[in-house]
Amino acid sequence: MPERQPLLRVEGLAHYFDVSPPLLNRVFEGKKRLFLKAVDDVSFHIKPGETFALVGESGCGKSTVARLIVRLYDPMRGTIEFEGQDISHVESRKDFLNFRRKAQMIFQDPYASLNPRWRVRDIVGEPIRAFGLLKDGETLDGRVGVLLNQVGLSPSDGDKYPHEFSGGQRQRISIARALSSNPDFLVCDEPTSALDVSVQAQILNLMKQLQRDLGLTYLFISHDLAVVYHMADHVGVMYLGRLAEVADSQSLFTRPRHPYTRLLLDALPDLENVGRERTPVAGEVPNPINPPPGCGFHPRCPFASERCRSERPELMAVDDGFVSCHAVEEGRMPEGIELPPLAETPD
Amino acid sequence: MAEPLLKVENLRVEFPTRRGTLCAVDDVSFHIQPGEVLGVVGESGAGKSMTGIAVIGLLEAPGRIAGGRIVLEGQRIDDLPYEEKRKLRGRKIGAIFQDPLTSLNPLYTVERQLIETIRTHLEVSESEAFERAVSLLREVGIPAPEQRIKHYPHQFSGGMRQRVVIALALCAEPSLIIADEPTTALDVSIQAQIITLLKRLCRDHGTSVMLVTHDMGVIAETAHRVAVMYAGRLVEVGPVKDVVRNPSHPYTAGLMASIPVIGRKVENLSQIDGSMPRLNAIPEGCAFSPRCPQVMERCRRERPPLDTRGRTEVSCWLHAGESVDA
Amino acid sequence: MSTLVRTRESLYRIIDSDIFYSFRSSPVTVGAAIVTLILVLGAIFAPLVTPHDPYDLEALNLMDAFNPPVWYEDGTWSFMLGTDDQGRGILSAIVYGMRLSLWVGLVAVLFSGVIGVALGLVAGYVGGNTDAVIMRVAEVQLTFPAILIALLIDGVLRGILPPFMIEELAIWVVIVSIGISGWPQYARTVRASTIVENNKEYVHAAVLTGIHPAMIMIRHVLPNVMGPVLVIATIQLAIAIINEATLSFLGVGIPVTEPSLGTLLRVGNNFLFSGEWWITVFPGVALALLVIAVNLVGDWMRDAFNPKLR
Repeated sequence: MPERQPLLRVEGLAHYFDVSPPLLNRVFEGKKRLFLKAVDDVSFHIKPGETFALVGESGCGKSTVARLIVRLYDPMRGTIEFEGQDISHVESRKDFLNFRRKAQMIFQDPYASLNPRWRVRDIVGEPIRAFGLLKDGETLDGRVGVLLNQVGLSPSDGDKYPHEFSGGQRQRISIARALSSNPDFLVCDEPTSALDVSVQAQILNLMKQLQRDLGLTYLFISHDLAVVYHMADHVGVMYLGRLAEVADSQSLFTRPRHPYTRLLLDALPDLENVGRERTPVAGEVPNPINPPPGCGFHPRCPFASERCRSERPELMAVDDGFVSCHAVEEGRMPEGIELPPLAETPD
Repeated sequence: MAEPLLKVENLRVEFPTRRGTLCAVDDVSFHIQPGEVLGVVGESGAGKSMTGIAVIGLLEAPGRIAGGRIVLEGQRIDDLPYEEKRKLRGRKIGAIFQDPLTSLNPLYTVERQLIETIRTHLEVSESEAFERAVSLLREVGIPAPEQRIKHYPHQFSGGMRQRVVIALALCAEPSLIIADEPTTALDVSIQAQIITLLKRLCRDHGTSVMLVTHDMGVIAETAHRVAVMYAGRLVEVGPVKDVVRNPSHPYTAGLMASIPVIGRKVENLSQIDGSMPRLNAIPEGCAFSPRCPQVMERCRRERPPLDTRGRTEVSCWLHAGESVDA
Repeated sequence: MSTLVRTRESLYRIIDSDIFYSFRSSPVTVGAAIVTLILVLGAIFAPLVTPHDPYDLEALNLMDAFNPPVWYEDGTWSFMLGTDDQGRGILSAIVYGMRLSLWVGLVAVLFSGVIGVALGLVAGYVGGNTDAVIMRVAEVQLTFPAILIALLIDGVLRGILPPFMIEELAIWVVIVSIGISGWPQYARTVRASTIVENNKEYVHAAVLTGIHPAMIMIRHVLPNVMGPVLVIATIQLAIAIINEATLSFLGVGIPVTEPSLGTLLRVGNNFLFSGEWWITVFPGVALALLVIAVNLVGDWMRDAFNPKLR
């Protein structure tokens, strides 16, 4: 089977936030400029029609990647190719608007993502108006009605204001707005993490159905591994602004390579295994302003060696994915999901 | 069977508003045995937190306990005067909340807060209280407690802060801890640490825990028994194994099936259509009836009582006949 | 038909809303609102409600000068609250003066509101150096009392304008002076709310539609930051009226020919110790009543629109 061209290709993406103290403090107290490396050298690609998930704990940079890709932020370094065109530095406004139309976003907080003073009809219709997408003989109301139907709401809901809807319904409105410009690519930033589980199931099912019907490609950002397992074809695991591991979903969840991926999977509460006893990994995510030298994960890693403490591992290809770990490269990692017992755990 | 540590009988919590009275907790009864972890689970607005708050006695006006009794160690506590309730909190009942920052005073060191709490409830000297504070911090897994105790809350990371809150809740060796979403604000790896800690502590001290959370996974790992709430009512109470593996109530079954599980690949998750009713629009009869796949005529008219079915209690007309046989 | 239904619906929504409920359940606010309403209506319909026209020089009779209020022996019903040195009825002068004071206050508030909201929006939305410059200017201005700034601008304007225009434009000089002295309040609040709104996801969604940032500011951000602006405007209205009165009292505000409440106070002040107390006391009472009533309504608005206090 011939390889399909990726819809999105990200190369060496980096973005630092300036968290320096104010100028006066720097001048008089001799404080230094500080940068938070939110995203550092991230590369991956997504094929058309597929779901690529970025997973990681809070502050790992996954949401920043999402915002860089839809160009809410300007990337500091690296390229973002969409349909073969580098959109990180677009010359013509027409090309850029074309990209805007094709790449839309679904947001995390259903209470903040809809303008509280607008009627649903205007919210969903805004991209249609902005991009001038109405075909001959089509009315805005008609088009919005079709979109609302598509996400499981009724066309008469267009008259209402956002506060009249529950969280799950608001997320449907948010999806309808994202779909209204006929996009090919949706960036979904934790679309269900603010919802209850039964509502989460409704939204995830809707997203899968829309993907089948419309041939959408998703970049799915989440901290919830079970949701990622359900949704994604390929998964990238992020830690401290860098990719720890990229693999297809099946092999990532059955044969995780990076010690951090193993930690995440092992920390997951297990419904099948009621009352399970375990020894969780000690330690917490270090401060990203002052990350440890070498591999960012080495202070918590049971396989850390001298090399891990000094030299940063690069993402390297393994048979069914990519992993950035010296232990994997040197073949020091035991196979299988079980973590070896750790020496120092307070619990 | 031993006398339960906590008995809640027909608890009803009301919020009078100008558009009528909202009933946040409606006829809820359960009990907790000494040393037992009871999980209270439900979606947002199900009344689970409100139940916990009513038990601690932190219900704020205009909310009020409109009916029922709360009995702790044989003593009725829901009608105690304010001052008595305040003494009870901390001494008999400890509390852990979702956001550790709101439980800690940002202006005082951890040392001062711990010692103050210890000396409020126990008759000990300043130095004894300090000793106890350090040993508590060590017990909750804070490294180098002698130095860390001098720090302010903001100098701790999220996970460590939650450990401090747990130490604070344990100060006076309470017999019951109410933990309201103690791990929700934490990342998965830290969540696992806190769950393990909680479990070990209540095993070592014989403390009972009322664990309020929306996360079925946390309940499954931590609790002995679980109470499922829906629209202010109790729908099912029973041993975790039975409720998780073999739920009796259609709502619990739907809830369990809608959770994605690693290793169980499905094209579509099973979903419960619709959403939980708002408190001002709870349907007649069974509150779940409009969303229930197995709804019967009777469900829309009559509210089902909480009946015993094997080891669980369930409030559903589907099992109405079985309680007689049991 | 459908507009009628919609109007009725929105009317019902207002009456049913929490804001209106909090209004109804606060008797002080209801009282203050009624007083404000009466004073405002009186000011608008001044020619209809007053027995005399104090501006009509022909109708004035010096024989009526220094008439005491009606309850004195030589008081008349024609001049209920007495007359001043020119024979103008105090009651009529107060109503016309209040009309002027309210007009100056409202226009000044509108003026400073437009400047302040626009600068605050730009500062909050653009950020960086633009933000720093605008906000530093606002802070510097805030370190001086507003009345001092108003006096300064008043002086500068009087210096620039040719003398024959000063008399003609006196009201506008006062309005601009008070208006410019008030803008930092709006700018600071609007900037803070703009930064909050800017980080909300609905603004991100609007950015993704590729529309111009100015449109996002006007259509999305502005309507969502107007709540606090309304509250400030009400409180600022009271301050603007006081400032106008102060300027007029100091003699650099509204001229004697068409007196505002402040001018009346200044004129009456000359006669306070010669026994004609009513010339200055009644305008003073009217000013206090107006300012207190507006302030109480403003206070209620501040609390009612503050979600933390609800």
